[in-house]
Amino acid sequence: MPDQLIFAMEVFLNGLMAGVLYALVALGFVLIYKASGIFNYAQGVMALFAAMTLVGIMNGQVPFAHLINAIFGTHVHYFGWNVPALVAIVLTMGVMVLLAWCVQRFVMRHLVGQEPIILFMATIGLAYFLEGVADLMWGSEIKTLDVGLPQGINLWIDESTFNIFGYGFFIDNLDIVATVIAALLVAALVAFSQYTKQGRAMRAVADDHQAALSVGISLNFIWVMVWSVAGFVALVAGIMWGTKSGVQFSLSLIALKALPVLMLGGFTSIPGAIVGGLIIGVGEKLFEFAVGPLVGGATENWFAYVLALIFLVFRPQGLFGEKIIERV
Amino acid sequence: MFYREAGDFKTSYRDDNQTFPIKFDRYRYYVVLAVAFGIIPFIINDYWANALLLPFLIYAIAAIGLNILVGYCGQVSLGTGGFMAVGAYACYKLMTAFPDVSMFVHVVLAGGITAIVGVLFGLPSLRIKGFYLAVATLAAQFFLVWLFNRVPWFYNYSASGQINAPERDVFGIIITGPNAPAWATYLFCLIFLTLSAIIARNLTRGTTGRTWMAIRDMDIAAEIIGVNPLRAKLSAFAVSSFFVGVSGALFFAIYLGAVEVGEAFGIQKSFLVLFMVIIGGLGSIFGSFAGAAFLVLLPVVLKVVGADLLGWPTDIVAHLQLVIVGGLIVLFLILEPHGLAQLWRVAKEKLRLWPFPH
Repeated sequence: MPDQLIFAMEVFLNGLMAGVLYALVALGFVLIYKASGIFNYAQGVMALFAAMTLVGIMNGQVPFAHLINAIFGTHVHYFGWNVPALVAIVLTMGVMVLLAWCVQRFVMRHLVGQEPIILFMATIGLAYFLEGVADLMWGSEIKTLDVGLPQGINLWIDESTFNIFGYGFFIDNLDIVATVIAALLVAALVAFSQYTKQGRAMRAVADDHQAALSVGISLNFIWVMVWSVAGFVALVAGIMWGTKSGVQFSLSLIALKALPVLMLGGFTSIPGAIVGGLIIGVGEKLFEFAVGPLVGGATENWFAYVLALIFLVFRPQGLFGEKIIERV
Repeated sequence: MFYREAGDFKTSYRDDNQTFPIKFDRYRYYVVLAVAFGIIPFIINDYWANALLLPFLIYAIAAIGLNILVGYCGQVSLGTGGFMAVGAYACYKLMTAFPDVSMFVHVVLAGGITAIVGVLFGLPSLRIKGFYLAVATLAAQFFLVWLFNRVPWFYNYSASGQINAPERDVFGIIITGPNAPAWATYLFCLIFLTLSAIIARNLTRGTTGRTWMAIRDMDIAAEIIGVNPLRAKLSAFAVSSFFVGVSGALFFAIYLGAVEVGEAFGIQKSFLVLFMVIIGGLGSIFGSFAGAAFLVLLPVVLKVVGADLLGWPTDIVAHLQLVIVGGLIVLFLILEPHGLAQLWRVAKEKLRLWPFPH
């Protein structure tokens, strides 16, 4: 087999793995969009916020330490304990639920019935707000996150591919774990929305707010729940990305990468988010591999968006989206 | 007392159609112009020009441009930073290729080139709507920034990859480069802002503006009553990109002088201008001014209060600024979706009835 083809295969596999991570972020978008029609730009920042909170709790950082020190002239930074990863994850989840409640109570409740684009801009504002709060709470320096996930090259794949092709593929263990977790997450979400009472209520709300209200479903509760679930997805995504590339501001930019994923998959489809993520992941890696060297590299910055743009011109509702019917 | 139309009789259609039909409004407008052109250039210094006035003037042009697209035509764009970069690089290429031509011509041509690019990226808007379009414009943002970073022709093969504005003059007065006097740069930008505002105001209250607003309010209905969506949307993209391009050219040539594209025209810039438009007021020229002034002033005020008066570290002030800006955006959308311009309108309405509000 020619070398180029083998390299391309490796790139393809790595693209799939990257795509899974994009899909993880995209999932959070789809959940909120389906249930409340809000396009939540803040999803990426929520992942950043979750990851920072997790690190902060694990290291026993004092929240708002910098601010407290600046106001009162004290020098507190750490409580002096370390929290085990599992406990910290549970605590962080608690914070995300609290956040979901706050968002619902103080922002979204006042914006019910506004145009979608107003809601979208409100979430942009929310993203800035959250980012500022996260930085104030935990400091803005780059942090490493280690919750005990395996990392580094997977030797088994390396050896077995070496035996077959005479060239060992480099696949990160973390990516494999991420794939498994993403699969579990999707299965859990589908099961939740199909087989539980709350899940059915969520789908009812997504279908028709007023009809759901009239059969006795509490919109407030459902929306808080949806934002909490999105917070949970953000936490998972935050752990994955944080372990991979450190907890830092660029984490929130991944949300932007999730947008073309959504556009390909359609805003309303969970399988669409996965497939879209895989297409974008593979597409941008292969494009960079094939065309990148010719035009100066770093095509990953824009490939996903341009692909989505071209795609949308031909199929505006995405691969799996519901057909858009417009009436006057 | 002062602000009312009583006693101000119009005897011709011309009078009835003027931009400021109320006398008080009209005189206020002349006074503002007189102060801006006649007094400020004589008392301006470098600090005021660079910290407040130049960014305000330049962002106001960008905000007017974006407001035409988002506020009047309803097409949300997140590609403002990319289009500003087009203006800046077009201006740079023109300045270096034709050193003897006046800067006025360069800036206007840069706006024209940006308009063409804007129309190209506006083409998908005929098929895509709402935030699908917003995401599609991200393609413009990232692709254009990447293009200017990677293709050496755009930055004249300079080693640093930056572009630096060479010294150029208008009628013998230096207006770019480090030796330009503050009053000259200020006046140069002010002229462009004034012209932009007048053009935008008159476009938006004429036929063109009405078709834009029809598309914004409901595009299918507009199409049925005979508005051509192709022309309306693309003309909005063209006009909007023109202004944004002009502001990008000024931002680079007059204000910064040297530009690294990813830093100066990144996605943050797109959001900044969008925030100006939201806070100022969607669909209002005055709102563009108010929003630009507000978001230019806010960091300066925060820095003065937080870092200089209270002595906090600058990074905390920067984070606080994020919190405040984000919170304000949400607050404005909840309390006053039409922004500062609406507050101004309400104040004027109150003033008309004052002191007998019933």
